[in-house]
Amino acid sequence: MKSFLNRVFRSKGFSSFIASLVSIVVGLLVGLIVLLFFDSAHAMNGFRHIVTAGLSDPGKLAKVFYQAAPLIMTGLSVGFAFKTGLFNIGATGQYTIGAFCGLFCALQFHSPWYVALLAAMLGGAIWGAIPGLCKAFFNVNEVITSIMFNWIGLFLVNLIFSNMPELLAVGNRTIAIGSESMIPKLGLDKLFGSPYMNASIIIAVVFAVVSWIILTKTTFGYELRACGFNRNASVYAGINAKRSIILSMVIAGAFAGIGGGIYYLNGTAQYTLEKSLLSMGFNGIPVALLASSHPLGTIFGALFVSYIQVGGEAMQPEFVKEIIDIIIAIIIYLAAFSLLTKEIIAKIVKGKRRNAVELSAPAEPSAAPAQTTNDNGGVEK
Amino acid sequence: MSTTVKLIADIMSSTILFAVPLLLVALGGMFSERSGVINIALDGIMIIGALVSCLMLRAFDMSGFGAAHPQLAMAIAILIAAGAGCIFSLLLAFASINLKADQTIGGTALNMLAPALAIVVTWAVQGQGQTTILIPTWTRITQETLGIAVNSDSFLQYFLFKSLYLTTPIAIILLIVACIVLYKTKLGLRLRACGEHPQAADSVGINVYKMRYIGVAISGVLGGIGGVAYTLGAGSGFQSTVMGYGFLALSVMIFGNWKPLNILGAAFFFALFKVISSMSGSIPFLPSLENIKSSEYIYLMLPYIITMLILILTSKKSRAPKAEGIPYDKGSR
Repeated sequence: MKSFLNRVFRSKGFSSFIASLVSIVVGLLVGLIVLLFFDSAHAMNGFRHIVTAGLSDPGKLAKVFYQAAPLIMTGLSVGFAFKTGLFNIGATGQYTIGAFCGLFCALQFHSPWYVALLAAMLGGAIWGAIPGLCKAFFNVNEVITSIMFNWIGLFLVNLIFSNMPELLAVGNRTIAIGSESMIPKLGLDKLFGSPYMNASIIIAVVFAVVSWIILTKTTFGYELRACGFNRNASVYAGINAKRSIILSMVIAGAFAGIGGGIYYLNGTAQYTLEKSLLSMGFNGIPVALLASSHPLGTIFGALFVSYIQVGGEAMQPEFVKEIIDIIIAIIIYLAAFSLLTKEIIAKIVKGKRRNAVELSAPAEPSAAPAQTTNDNGGVEK
Repeated sequence: MSTTVKLIADIMSSTILFAVPLLLVALGGMFSERSGVINIALDGIMIIGALVSCLMLRAFDMSGFGAAHPQLAMAIAILIAAGAGCIFSLLLAFASINLKADQTIGGTALNMLAPALAIVVTWAVQGQGQTTILIPTWTRITQETLGIAVNSDSFLQYFLFKSLYLTTPIAIILLIVACIVLYKTKLGLRLRACGEHPQAADSVGINVYKMRYIGVAISGVLGGIGGVAYTLGAGSGFQSTVMGYGFLALSVMIFGNWKPLNILGAAFFFALFKVISSMSGSIPFLPSLENIKSSEYIYLMLPYIITMLILILTSKKSRAPKAEGIPYDKGSR
């Protein structure tokens, strides 16, 4: 039992978990300070909403799941790319294209939901493939390409929708989709008593598991990760790095595309033509960072982000819900140097461990040094 | 003046109006990247600069100081925007230089923080639901300001004074200063060295950390001023967003090959697209896209597509600073 605990404390996952926990706590504290600063009379009440609103009634919980599903997908997208050493800041563009393809199938052809979702996946995959191709064949930084293609995607979708007035309702938003194209509810809406609840969260969790299996249980996933750790070494070992980069971006794009699909095939959301990027794609970044890019951790990261967003909506009208974005931004900012946090945590744990070892059994050569590799990957040039 | 001449004057003055923020912010990005730090937080820096200066202008307007000394008030607001942008950019510098964090993730965080902060502050200052800070009308430079007799027939006067703000002359001055600093001073040489080969720079006694801090801080100053320039040009007041202009400035910088004068050209080129996109209905000599509705999206898309093509075509001999994006570690080989 003791050795098991030791193993847990010294594992990479544990220090990542603590690092995420630290950034969450600091993020929430900053949120509280912001609340106190702007309206100290209502601050505690507002903060209580952030922390508890998501669980306050089944309807709110349904909303948490409803928003978490696309967040899981965009989080998986960003995380999958991280694992290959790529930073997919283009999740929002892939998400938009995915949403468009899904909605187009649903509105134009009244296709069943799984066909529309497949179209969303394909759209996202194509949009993800472009930065991958540029990176692999022209060595263009995928961050720059993704940023460009976020805007190109947004304007392209707006352009196509504005030229199909039969798909648009008043207020520049798409018309409601037919019930045959909606993601099945599986009776969950009755269970939660909320129209927001359907099978999308289950679909997202399934994809998280699929992503985990690809990354950890297949040769292909191993090659992708090897490429992320050290591109030169993986090429030396006979891995086709170009193929890995392209496929990794294709899969990342597909995940984001599905995210767009499941959000807009819910039947409760309509795509609105706007000139700013959709935040759902950007929110995939904190989700992936909180999870240290672990696919299964992404589920919890997405649930957390969605949870505080629901909390943010609940504290209106005393406060603006954008306070939640401040909290999320702080979390990303802290996660940016999670390497440092992890090193500190590893040092503390290691130090304690060393003391314990010295006291009980002085020699234990089998103990491996604490791993502090940055599994976020980061942007390699 | 005939309507065609008037239209040309309109296009020219709007192009300058939109080129100014692009130029300033892209120059800022250039300084940061030349020192070795990728600054995708430009969008956020612009928002912070615009927020602070608009609040300042609002306060000047309410106290009556603005109406009495319009251009002095404007100058103070610009200075404050520069300072705010600089301070905000130091958050990026701290994370990416001292803590060796991933620069793009740090930048993303700041891009997310800025608009959220702006909305919260705007609400707090103006009251619930008031999401726009209006810009007082006295900020514009008119013939009266300079003591010139109004001549409604003069093409030059019409074009110059249609939408002239203090930010335009400041941008011209800053462009010249940027050229001189980057190419003719010790600081510029050192800055560029840190972006190309920080280890070599360190070996001859240059403080890489300090140089990168300076690079990012300059980008903050220019980004902050660019934020004000954008908001003045947008015309509808500050609404906690710069509509992705920071990202557009990033592509201006790439299109301009990380060089000040090329950036000037790129800024005008991209600004022209922006103007065409918003005026496409009223320009008769454009290719007619009558069958396409909302063709403004095509013109909004084009700058990004062109940048992508340029990136792909020039990838073999990219002028990007060699060491950008890589945290400097003294111990690494």
